[in-house]
Amino acid sequence: MRERLAAAIGLCLLVAAPFVLEAMDEAFLLSVLTRMLAYALAAAALDLVLGYGGMVSFGHGAFLGTGAYVAGVLLHHRSDGSALVAWPVRIGGTAEALIAWPAAALVSGLLAAAIGAISLRTRGVHFIMITLAFAQMVFFLVLALPQYGGTDGLMVPGRNVLAGASLEGDAPLYWVALALLVAFLAFGRSTMAARFGLALRGARMNERRALALGVPVYRLRLAAFTLSGAVAGLAGAVLANQSSFVSPDLLSWQRSGELMVMVILGGQGTLFGPVLGAIALLAAEEELAAITEHWMLILGPALLLVVLFFRGGLWPLIAGKRGDG
Amino acid sequence: MTATLFAEQTLNGLQFGVMLFLMAAGLTLIFGIMDVINLAHGSLYMAGAFVGGTVTARTGSFLLGVVAGAAAGALIALLLELTVIRRLYRRDHLDQVLATYALILTFNEGVKVIWGPAPIFLAAPEMLSGTVEILPGVPYPAYRLAVICAGVAAALFLGWLIGRTRTGMLIRAGTTHRETVQALGVDVGVLFALVFAIGGALAGLAGVMAGPVLAVQVGMGEQILILAFVVIVVGGLGSVKGAMAGALLVGLADTWARAFLPVLLRGLLPPSSADQVAANLGSVAVYLLMAVVLAVRPQGLFPRHA
Repeated sequence: MRERLAAAIGLCLLVAAPFVLEAMDEAFLLSVLTRMLAYALAAAALDLVLGYGGMVSFGHGAFLGTGAYVAGVLLHHRSDGSALVAWPVRIGGTAEALIAWPAAALVSGLLAAAIGAISLRTRGVHFIMITLAFAQMVFFLVLALPQYGGTDGLMVPGRNVLAGASLEGDAPLYWVALALLVAFLAFGRSTMAARFGLALRGARMNERRALALGVPVYRLRLAAFTLSGAVAGLAGAVLANQSSFVSPDLLSWQRSGELMVMVILGGQGTLFGPVLGAIALLAAEEELAAITEHWMLILGPALLLVVLFFRGGLWPLIAGKRGDG
Repeated sequence: MTATLFAEQTLNGLQFGVMLFLMAAGLTLIFGIMDVINLAHGSLYMAGAFVGGTVTARTGSFLLGVVAGAAAGALIALLLELTVIRRLYRRDHLDQVLATYALILTFNEGVKVIWGPAPIFLAAPEMLSGTVEILPGVPYPAYRLAVICAGVAAALFLGWLIGRTRTGMLIRAGTTHRETVQALGVDVGVLFALVFAIGGALAGLAGVMAGPVLAVQVGMGEQILILAFVVIVVGGLGSVKGAMAGALLVGLADTWARAFLPVLLRGLLPPSSADQVAANLGSVAVYLLMAVVLAVRPQGLFPRHA
């Protein structure tokens, strides 16, 4: 009950935010909020795997970045009229979000399925190291594409249009990002409460028992990993629009680590927690960066203290109950 | 492409493999005995390079720099074990990853504060700055040969320490039967701290020795850390023998791919982009190697409990 109330209040705050910022004459902050929502979506997606599934993926930056590149590359080809694929059929770029964003989710999802299919054959520390290593591989693969900027990153010309409607300006993109986040949270919560989620959580708590009960643990985990990667890719597409730039940095291990921190800071196995964690971490980064150039020297030890002494995360403090993760 | 180039690149690969081994051996021992995944191992490598570089510049003696780098790695590792890692033994791997990720952020920024963001310069010692003729008419940098020798010496020392001494016996017993060792009255706290310090010293040593070959800069630790993970996955977690095999495989694969892909691609792509494409595709080779090994043997080439 308290958790629902807290989620409802959070939603109200996010809905009110554009109007409040407008009234306070700080509308430029809306773009920062959009970025937070995109990361929140990626972190919530990671929570499916990390919190509910107990799979410690250190490679979700690769899916986030791949989604961003797909959206960016399609806009790039659309703007200079060149072909993405010239043969056997000519496929050009597109600005239409209804095509580009599902494409981003699809490519990231396929990548997650491929990486997951190999990584999920292993457990524990192996899984952590392998997801990290494969994400690094994707990083180098993208750097090997000089036509998309290589190490310099890709400037994204303009923004996607949604069913023909422009997403230019801060407000439209914010609403779209918020709608995507809310939709995924609703879908994720109901899926995790349904048979799929119960089986996934059961397999995390006791894999042998789940197997004995006939739960297809490997396929289940692969499905969750793929879904999670696809949603992270979608978040990447939003991010590409928000910043008009796609950096290979999105694919880096630092980004993967940051997403994990967001999940844990907010509270794993809650889906709402990672949203709070993403907003809290990015806000802390912005605030600290305003104080000193060496803000990492504050954030690093602070994170360490959080991991060592403050377990459970922020959301359970507010919602009054621990996560299902 | 000639036999000469091939011999050179093979030696380069061996040299890189030796460095990777020094990193991976520490990581795999720490994991094997304490069941801890330590991302900050790369920071020890970086610390070794920076401290070693500074000491070399101040004293003019590369040998002192090497000693200082290894000592810095061991000391920082010991300090980390006593303050942070010790609290993580009973935690799950996720907490270990996050805590040591926070340590990386801290160390990287700390190095930027002390040494500045620019790379520092670490020259090979005067004595080793020349070349040696490995084959008739084929010169090879003496320093790189020295690195191979030093790495092999360190590997032999480690093999002796683990295989032939009482401490090593406890370390081996600790990896397979931790509870029994504890029940026999061995102070595992001291044993753990010792293993951590050994791992730190190896990482610090690798860092200084890498200095004249690679750039001494912030972030150097993570690049090699991720490759050391690949080494461990390929070789088998917790096994020093596996770390050796994995390190040589990965070192050779990485070096060969980076050296010979540009030659192959120059025929296919315009020369301006061929080198960049090849350099990055070359980096992909080791991950493909890892994927193949995983597909065939998910537990690595030399699994611990085989």
